[in-house]
Amino acid sequence: MQEQLVFKRPDVLADVPTHYCPGCQHGVVHRIVAECLEEFGVVEKTIAVSAIGCSVFLYNYILVDTVEAPHGRAPAVATGVKRARKDAFVFAYQGDGDLASIGLAEIMHAANRGERISVIFVNNTVYGMTGGQMAPTTMIGQKTTTCPGGRCLEREGGPMHMAEIIATLGGVAYCARTAVNTMKNMAQTKRAIRRAFATQINDEGFGFVEILATCPTNWKLSSVASNERIGKEMIPEFPLGVFKDAAKEDES
Amino acid sequence: MSRIVIDEQRCKGCLLCVEACPKSIVVASTRFNAKGYKVAELPETDMDKCTGCASCAQMCPDVAITVWRTAKSKAKENE
Amino acid sequence: MSAKRIFIKGNEAIAQGALDAGCRCYFGYPITPQNDIPEMLSSAMPAAGGEFVQAESEVASANMLLGAAACGVRAMTTSSSPGVSLMQEAISYMAGSELPGVIVNMNRGGPGLGDIGSSQGDYYQSVKGGGHGDYRTLVLAPASCQECYDLTFEAFDLAFKYRNPVLLLGDAIVGQMKEPVTPRPALPLDPEAGADWKLTGRGERAPRILKSLFLDDGALAGQNLHLQQKYRSMQAEVRYEAFETADAELIVVAFGSIGRIAKSTVRSLRAQGFKVGLFRPITLFPFPEAELRALAGQGKRFLTIEHNLGQMVDDVRLAVRGLTDSDFFGFLPGNMPTPEDFDAPIRAAVKGA
Repeated sequence: MQEQLVFKRPDVLADVPTHYCPGCQHGVVHRIVAECLEEFGVVEKTIAVSAIGCSVFLYNYILVDTVEAPHGRAPAVATGVKRARKDAFVFAYQGDGDLASIGLAEIMHAANRGERISVIFVNNTVYGMTGGQMAPTTMIGQKTTTCPGGRCLEREGGPMHMAEIIATLGGVAYCARTAVNTMKNMAQTKRAIRRAFATQINDEGFGFVEILATCPTNWKLSSVASNERIGKEMIPEFPLGVFKDAAKEDES
Repeated sequence: MSRIVIDEQRCKGCLLCVEACPKSIVVASTRFNAKGYKVAELPETDMDKCTGCASCAQMCPDVAITVWRTAKSKAKENE
Repeated sequence: MSAKRIFIKGNEAIAQGALDAGCRCYFGYPITPQNDIPEMLSSAMPAAGGEFVQAESEVASANMLLGAAACGVRAMTTSSSPGVSLMQEAISYMAGSELPGVIVNMNRGGPGLGDIGSSQGDYYQSVKGGGHGDYRTLVLAPASCQECYDLTFEAFDLAFKYRNPVLLLGDAIVGQMKEPVTPRPALPLDPEAGADWKLTGRGERAPRILKSLFLDDGALAGQNLHLQQKYRSMQAEVRYEAFETADAELIVVAFGSIGRIAKSTVRSLRAQGFKVGLFRPITLFPFPEAELRALAGQGKRFLTIEHNLGQMVDDVRLAVRGLTDSDFFGFLPGNMPTPEDFDAPIRAAVKGA
């Protein structure tokens, strides 16, 4: 009848309070990324690329060598890093404004070239750090500080579905969309990140995981209501699933 | 008996753990931490109901919960 | 030294200089008039064991440079004026994060799409910091194919010495002309370069962070103070060519290809008895301010000639302020200058005494 430690903070995750707002799920994604780095044994050879936005401070929390990229450019910076140090494990961590708006060219082309990097894309449908402006993934009708009446399809276009777009590109070995709103989805998120990391480690190609997450502050909802919104509103718009898995295609 | 420890100074009172607990034993406390957040707790009186499933810990954005599991209940069931 | 001379274009000399200096990552995007560089390196770089990436834009190529630089690898990107405008974001970040990299601008006409002919219209952008924030880049201005080779070769040393981006400001003339070039023995790769700051994966040591964001109270002020001290220390790198300046009454100040063309004019006027000389800054930042000021102190007068509407002349005037002034002759971008074009302006400036 031995007591077993079943959940603790990964060692590579700094034992410090984060600057994230209460209920913000960057912390969850950070933790899962940290666990995967440890489980693959790549912490010592990891070079992370942090992007602009709330998650720029990734380097304060995940204790690996890190370079800060300009807004949207993380996939280009990661390309430079990986080309310069092929033995390194390289991942970029980006938000939706960063990746799907200003950095659209960089993510598309890094994916298309099949850069041996992994991109963690946290989609919370809003620009967080700058104060809740409309993002490329903002949902129709969602109110933000720059579409106060709600995003209008006619005026601003609809939300962009990055996982589906990235999956169409030739260099992509793995592409999935997951969420961290339930235990089941969290387990899927971990599987997806593991698989994306494995594609890099096995030299298969580019790995991409889009993760639906909350921004309670800018959604102006409680943490719990924000988490519920993921299941009720976001997943119907952004369906979860694996959109490309080169390994599975090879099997079939 | 399985158990959890909540690092109250890390807790931001988001209460996602409360929602996540399948036994509904993690609850909002009446205490505030140094940052002014009203923290979550698992009252000692309910600790024996904890199964160590770690749902609360996985859901916690602040990785403020540590979980220990004891195979006690299962062993009992097998008896 | 039995190095064999090779007959190559200025653009090719830049590519060769980079390879021989140990550059092993190249990122670029096509733009005239510098396409010889990526074209040559698309095969020569992989052959040397390096990486060549044709990026999706100059924005991306400069950010790839940032990434490679963060790993302590000798890396380069090249472009021409409109493309270099797009690189300013990454250059500012590299300066702020103190990352070494080489950026080549084979200046063409502007503003806007301009033309594909030669120009010096990017002097301000290069020397005053074309991106945001208080930063400087070392700026080297070649006037010959040999200098294209040599200055590119040395640019990497300077970049690593100061942990700073280095700009090579050439132009369409020097990029497209062909001359004999004596290459140097290729440098062995230095695995220890940047050992105390580069990213390698943390291994057993503490993690390293290369960043330009400083939010804590006083942190950014401290970083800026540190950078300014570094920029001042770059004064040690001042280079220039002084031709017949000792007894000159009028000194023509011109850089790059225009400096070389003006030298021909000065030589011919000398032969006709005019006491003129040429001062050609080779480093545009640091600017050879003290040297110009010393000449001003000797009572000499100045005429600045540029292939633009007057940019470097500001720095000449600042250098000689309080002692004298500089006349200016701007040769219009869009036209191709010859030594004859500078004859009348220099004569007029001599007479103006």
